[in-house]
Amino acid sequence: MANQVDALYIYLLLVAGFMTAIIFLTILVLAIKYRRSAGCEAQQIEGSTILEITWSVIPFFVMLTFFIWGAVIYFRERTPPADANEVYVVAKQWMWKIEHAEGQSEINELHVPTGQNIKLIMTSQDVIHSFFVPAFRIKQDVLPGRYTTAWFKATKPGHYHLFCAEYCGTMHSGMGGDIVVMEPQEYAKWMAGAAVAPLQETGKQLFSALGCATCHRFDVQGRGPNLVGVYNKPVLLEDGRTVIADENYVREAILNPTAKIVSGFKPVMPTFQGIVSEEQLNALVAYIKSLAQPSPGTAGLESQPATFPAQTEKMQVQ
Amino acid sequence: MEHEAHNPALRHHFADAQQQKNAASLGMWLFIVTEIMFFGGMFCAYLVYRLAHFNAFAAGSQQLNIWMGAINTSVLIVSSVTVVLAVKAAEAGKRKVLVGYLVVTVLLGMTFLVIKGFEYREKFEKHHVPGPTFNFTDKFDDNGKQIPVNPKEAELFFSLYFAMTGMHALHMIIGCGLFSVLAVLAWKGHYTPGYFTPVENAGLYWHLVDIIWIYLFPLLYLISRHS
Amino acid sequence: MASTVIPVNQAPSQKLNYLNNGHSLKSWLLTTDHKRIAILYLISVTAFFFLGGFFAMLIRLELLTPQGDLMQADTYNKVFTMHGLIMVFFFLIPVVPAVLGNFLVPLMIGAKDLAFPRINLLSWYLYVTGGILITHVMLTGGVDTGWTFYSPFSTEYTNTKIVEAGLAAFIAGFSSIFTGLNFIVTIHRMRAPGLTWSRLPLFIWANYATSLIMILGTPVIAITIVLVAVERLFHLGIFDPRLGGDPLLFQHLFWFYSHPAVYIMILPSMGVISELITCFSRKRIFGYKFIALSSIAIAVLGFLVWAHHMFVAGISLYAAMIFSFLTFFIGVPSAVKVFNWTATLYKGSISYATPMLYAFGFIGLFTMGGLTGLFLATLGIDVHVTDTYFVVAHFHYVMVGGVLMGYLGGMHFWWPKMTGRMYPEAWAKLSALLVFVGFNLTFFPQFILGYVGMPRRYWQYPPEFQALNVLSTAGASILAAGYLLPMIYFVWSLRYGKIADANPWHAAGLEWKTTSPPPTFNFDETPVVTWEAYNYDEIPPWERRAPVAR
Repeated sequence: MANQVDALYIYLLLVAGFMTAIIFLTILVLAIKYRRSAGCEAQQIEGSTILEITWSVIPFFVMLTFFIWGAVIYFRERTPPADANEVYVVAKQWMWKIEHAEGQSEINELHVPTGQNIKLIMTSQDVIHSFFVPAFRIKQDVLPGRYTTAWFKATKPGHYHLFCAEYCGTMHSGMGGDIVVMEPQEYAKWMAGAAVAPLQETGKQLFSALGCATCHRFDVQGRGPNLVGVYNKPVLLEDGRTVIADENYVREAILNPTAKIVSGFKPVMPTFQGIVSEEQLNALVAYIKSLAQPSPGTAGLESQPATFPAQTEKMQVQ
Repeated sequence: MEHEAHNPALRHHFADAQQQKNAASLGMWLFIVTEIMFFGGMFCAYLVYRLAHFNAFAAGSQQLNIWMGAINTSVLIVSSVTVVLAVKAAEAGKRKVLVGYLVVTVLLGMTFLVIKGFEYREKFEKHHVPGPTFNFTDKFDDNGKQIPVNPKEAELFFSLYFAMTGMHALHMIIGCGLFSVLAVLAWKGHYTPGYFTPVENAGLYWHLVDIIWIYLFPLLYLISRHS
Repeated sequence: MASTVIPVNQAPSQKLNYLNNGHSLKSWLLTTDHKRIAILYLISVTAFFFLGGFFAMLIRLELLTPQGDLMQADTYNKVFTMHGLIMVFFFLIPVVPAVLGNFLVPLMIGAKDLAFPRINLLSWYLYVTGGILITHVMLTGGVDTGWTFYSPFSTEYTNTKIVEAGLAAFIAGFSSIFTGLNFIVTIHRMRAPGLTWSRLPLFIWANYATSLIMILGTPVIAITIVLVAVERLFHLGIFDPRLGGDPLLFQHLFWFYSHPAVYIMILPSMGVISELITCFSRKRIFGYKFIALSSIAIAVLGFLVWAHHMFVAGISLYAAMIFSFLTFFIGVPSAVKVFNWTATLYKGSISYATPMLYAFGFIGLFTMGGLTGLFLATLGIDVHVTDTYFVVAHFHYVMVGGVLMGYLGGMHFWWPKMTGRMYPEAWAKLSALLVFVGFNLTFFPQFILGYVGMPRRYWQYPPEFQALNVLSTAGASILAAGYLLPMIYFVWSLRYGKIADANPWHAAGLEWKTTSPPPTFNFDETPVVTWEAYNYDEIPPWERRAPVAR
């Protein structure tokens, strides 16, 4: 992907360079050729509509090519592949806390293997930060109160700068680190180095420790919806809306349960805001995502149309 | 063209009184446009958050005093009528009538502010003022169904309520001040059928503040009021 | 050179004009004469320019080395914030409208003053009040949020004087609104007889379009500042996610003004360029209608593109695509202007006085700055270069290479009209050269720095970025010299400059049909206009050597 960004950049450089050269040269030539001299009078020329149209339309179409190519790259950058390894990132003033799904945590460093799609699920504990890896040509703001995502696939081993790219206070310029890309064997060795529980295991423990399992049962219908298979499926709400249960939905359901009541259930779930940390939230989200889907069905959905014009939630300003 | 007596209100950089009047009028309309853009930002915030947190907004709205709001709405509408009548009086050269209507307008404006004051006090007593004392336990009454809401989102509603009505009230206070000054100048005879532009333009300002309230009232007070 | 022979019995210093019509401080501080107000603005705007420039110097000095060794991180953060706040709100936005616009708009349309002279004076006082507040903020600790004061950092986390700084910007904003309001009413209602819209100088069209943006956009930043202040003071959660608020709402409201704001900055300067190119080519402008309408188009389109500042902020994919697409539209009217100015040179009779040199510089640098804007509009590239020095380079190209060059060109062009004196041409040409060279050396390396990954607002940086930073700082020192010289020779010229007559450039435009400096009420008799704009076929050019007795 980085190569494509560079290719597009070079294309733009060429066009921009060409235009700049044309303007500079034209001005230079005209300014010299038509410099004031005795006996030569300026010729009054009103304009030329044909010329105006030409030099409006042609640049516009050239710019359209910039737009299309740029939009295609952007679309791919913002659509993480389904098979990506997930890494949770929590940004805070002034460091990056990274949790692999397998359980390893790192501070200001992210170890990844080559050739593997990596999806970052990121949130901030305080102000807006931005996860910027120049070598990969990716950047994504990291916001408090919600998840944003980015993805990449590293191809060459090495250390690559990680910067925070959204001003966040005193040590904004010190909030850097490294993406450490390793060959798969090296990476496996590194992973085996720490004996930690995978993130979803931590989440599972939290799920029972916090009492979630009391209402969200898997065997019988409890006071809360059965969460097996709920991730990324449509959910019918009390007020008739249908939303997709993505990471942001799950996160909101834990922190602000009354915002979206599932159809057929009472609004009795307490809020966990202030009780769970961002890291614990990530673990819970990872756990819920991991719950296998035994049979097709959706939590709270009475009738199941085959295709669903799912109305993706837009709780934040988009 | 007949030579007009030089109106003492004519400023010398203008070619004539008509140009001055046109300029003042256009200037006032442009100022009104800026006010619309100014309030627009808050309406935008309101729109976004109401879409995101409808239940909480409805619950908050149902806790507002709809009677005080409605009375205030009629007070303002009547005051806009008195403003129109004031302008007409100025045009007709009826000095005392003009002053009378200007004064009534100010009184109506102050009535609005007093009722607003009572409303704010009620909010304070019910602990609906955002900040450390905020405490919201009411539910959204959806045709009999009681739906609990997140008090933090209700606090957002009240933040917008106070911001928007507060900004509006500030404009009302300015309007009352403006009209009081006009009343004094009118009493002294500054306005004649040949020159009453300030009355007209101040009238435009008052109508704007009135219209802003006419949008505020249903948006803030009338969310989901069925019964 | 300009013909500078003065009729013996009418040396300008003896004739009553707006400058010598009253010498007391009160006659200046309570003036309603648009020309005096322009001079008041000139003095205050220049003071803020040098203050903002001082902060720029501190930034560039710190960035000579990769470590943060000149000042502490917090101090650096305050320095770049103050640099931005002062340059944006107290220099770039007011400079061309409040100095050149205030002086020239009534003159160019044959009016005696603006429509609301007292509001004009109020505008200046509002500006000064905002200026005093921001200076107070600076002296008592400054603010450290960046001039864009994003929430939640600005609303919940910073300990600096956000509310006071916000108030300063708020008050300065009203100065802007009233100026715009004044211009619109003046241009609509007070044009001289015969001066139809299609005969107006393009500087007027430019200021008209600018004024539209001023009155429509500025109130939105005003309310944004109010909401930030309210959140800070009363802990209302308008932008706080913990209360169900949205930090992105802040960004939308902020950029809804701040993007059109950049067109407030550039449009008047573009208007200046149209005046300079025509005079120094002795020609009508090529494509008058298109340049006039392109100003309006830029004003309108400018309101539709704000979220191109937010492509990586967390807006939806589709919103980003829409805003990217719309942003490309706005490139067209800007390009049209550049092409038309260039075409005006064709078959002209071109001379190289300092104002023309600045005009050439403007066209070149604005072209580069505008083209790099296209890079930023392109989604795939923006993801990589946003929030890096690439953006810093882009906006300095258009704001300094654009707005400031246009302003300097205009100042040199109209200096004789404003003061009755000519500036020293040789020194002026040298300064123009220093500015051009210094500017490119300062900011071109920053494009590269951005692409290789140096983020903006960085107090310290990885050592591999040092070489380019050193180049940039070296350029900045040359640029500083280029700006200091005019300060010196303009002031010098007030006493020792050659005395200028009514029209030393033999330029078209009503402002040149009155004395230099003009009398308080501009014209002895209201002109009646029967000619088209830029009627250079009817105006004899100036002679090089033979002085012409007038």
